[in-house]
Amino acid sequence: MNPATLQQLIDLSYIAAVAGFILSLKWLNSPTTAMRGVLIAEIASAVAVVATLFDPQVTHYKWILIALIIGAGVGIPLGLVKMTAVPQRTALSHAFGALSAALIGIAEYYVGAPNISKFEMGEIGLEVVIGSLTFTGSVIAAGKLQEILPQRPITYRGQNIVSLTTLATAVILIGILIFHPEYTHVFGAMVVVALLFGVMLVTPIGGADMPTVISLLNSYAGFSAALLGFVLNSKVLVVAGALDGASGFILSVIMCKAMNRSFTNVLFGAFGQLQVSAGKQVEDRTVRSASAEDAAGILGSANKVIIVPGYGMAVAQAQHKVRELYDSLTKRGVDVKFAIHPVAGRMPGHMNVLLAEADIPYDKLVEMDDINGDFPQTDVALIIGANDVTNPAAREDQTSPIYGMPILDVDKARTVMVIKRGMGAGFAGIDNPLYFMDKTLMLFGDAKNFVGSIVRELGGGHG
Amino acid sequence: MPADFISNLFVFLLAAFLGIELIKRVSPLLHTPLMSLTNALDAIVVIAAIIIAGRHETKISTILGLLAVGASFSNMVGGFVITDRMLSMFKTAKAKKS
Repeated sequence: MNPATLQQLIDLSYIAAVAGFILSLKWLNSPTTAMRGVLIAEIASAVAVVATLFDPQVTHYKWILIALIIGAGVGIPLGLVKMTAVPQRTALSHAFGALSAALIGIAEYYVGAPNISKFEMGEIGLEVVIGSLTFTGSVIAAGKLQEILPQRPITYRGQNIVSLTTLATAVILIGILIFHPEYTHVFGAMVVVALLFGVMLVTPIGGADMPTVISLLNSYAGFSAALLGFVLNSKVLVVAGALDGASGFILSVIMCKAMNRSFTNVLFGAFGQLQVSAGKQVEDRTVRSASAEDAAGILGSANKVIIVPGYGMAVAQAQHKVRELYDSLTKRGVDVKFAIHPVAGRMPGHMNVLLAEADIPYDKLVEMDDINGDFPQTDVALIIGANDVTNPAAREDQTSPIYGMPILDVDKARTVMVIKRGMGAGFAGIDNPLYFMDKTLMLFGDAKNFVGSIVRELGGGHG
Repeated sequence: MPADFISNLFVFLLAAFLGIELIKRVSPLLHTPLMSLTNALDAIVVIAAIIIAGRHETKISTILGLLAVGASFSNMVGGFVITDRMLSMFKTAKAKKS
């Protein structure tokens, strides 16, 4: 085949791949067509990869095939992790994505230097900086989610100044390189500074802010791929990166709204994040606690129950017990639904995936805005491992640090039950007045064991 | 400003706006699979890595390219595997009974 025709065929397959990517996102709008969406994305990616292997620029195959096999060998186990580990796997994949974008940019620099135009150097510099900081930032996020690193925010005095100075240094180094692309040591320094900034970006962020951070890193990883497309003049990368970047961007906006935080606040690494306030000193107020037997009695005679899952359910691995409870109640004719707050869990959609894994039908999983109107007609709101997203102070108490955050209106249900290990405050360290309401029953214990006991009292949930 | 830049910017803007419109329509139910799918799509940088590694220009560019091939291909494969797994778990009450 003559080279011009071959190149055209390769370009055509790239265009086909891009069309496939767009269709796959379109089909992801509903669970009924989503599988088709993944299939077309798989075909599109395979077409693009195979076409690239025919590119006449590729002359050495052996090591590429080995790298592909190793990549698949790492990727498959990472695709088979448990659903509870999905947030850290996602963070790790942002890290890999950003790493490869950064490595390619670095390689491109070393091939081209010192004959790189000012404009190109600016592009490469920006691409490598964003890729590098996303890489280390994502590694830190994955470490926090895997609990290798502490989940709490790690902060020190003057942190914002140090971090912003680091970022400014990276930008200045790009500036120097634009005028002196031959300074390879400056390029190396720029990479190191960017890697360092990524660490600084994510360490001050606490576990409960992870849904926003993961979305944001997703968007950075996407934009670094798109920038790489600019550097290499590859439109497939520009489109795939733009789609990924847009997705991360939208999810970040949704997460920010759900936590009532400004977008700029999070864009700059949540530097101005919610400071843990000591809160008002709580006078002695009494809570009503109840046993599994009491809880089973109330749940069993209810008509309508809404279960509110949170990160605590994931930590206690209680989702399968929750399914048994769902089965048991449904069999008795109780209408059971699940109320999903957008930031429940550690990444967007986390609760849905956990509950779907436990075989709970997805039509029972209802988003916050759609279910809030149902609480006044609900007999029991059962909260499992969620705290701040149910705190009525967000609606009523203007002095509360979470005032204005959209919450699930569980306090409007006739009876509220809260499964909780103890009276400890939530992530934000904020007192939850819900627990002191007359209609609230506190069910103290481990979520998995407690739900198991309720199921036993109800007379078995299997079947 | 190179001419390529302008045409790439053109494509980028169109893709970004299209992406925003498409992703707004994705059910919040599927936000986790959405993220793993877009990750897998983003792993298309593997084609750039293959070209850098395959051109075999300098030792350093080849090694960096090969590392990038491995990292991005693991994302592509892993991203598709986990998205498939997650989506196959989403069933309605009716589908469960049948």
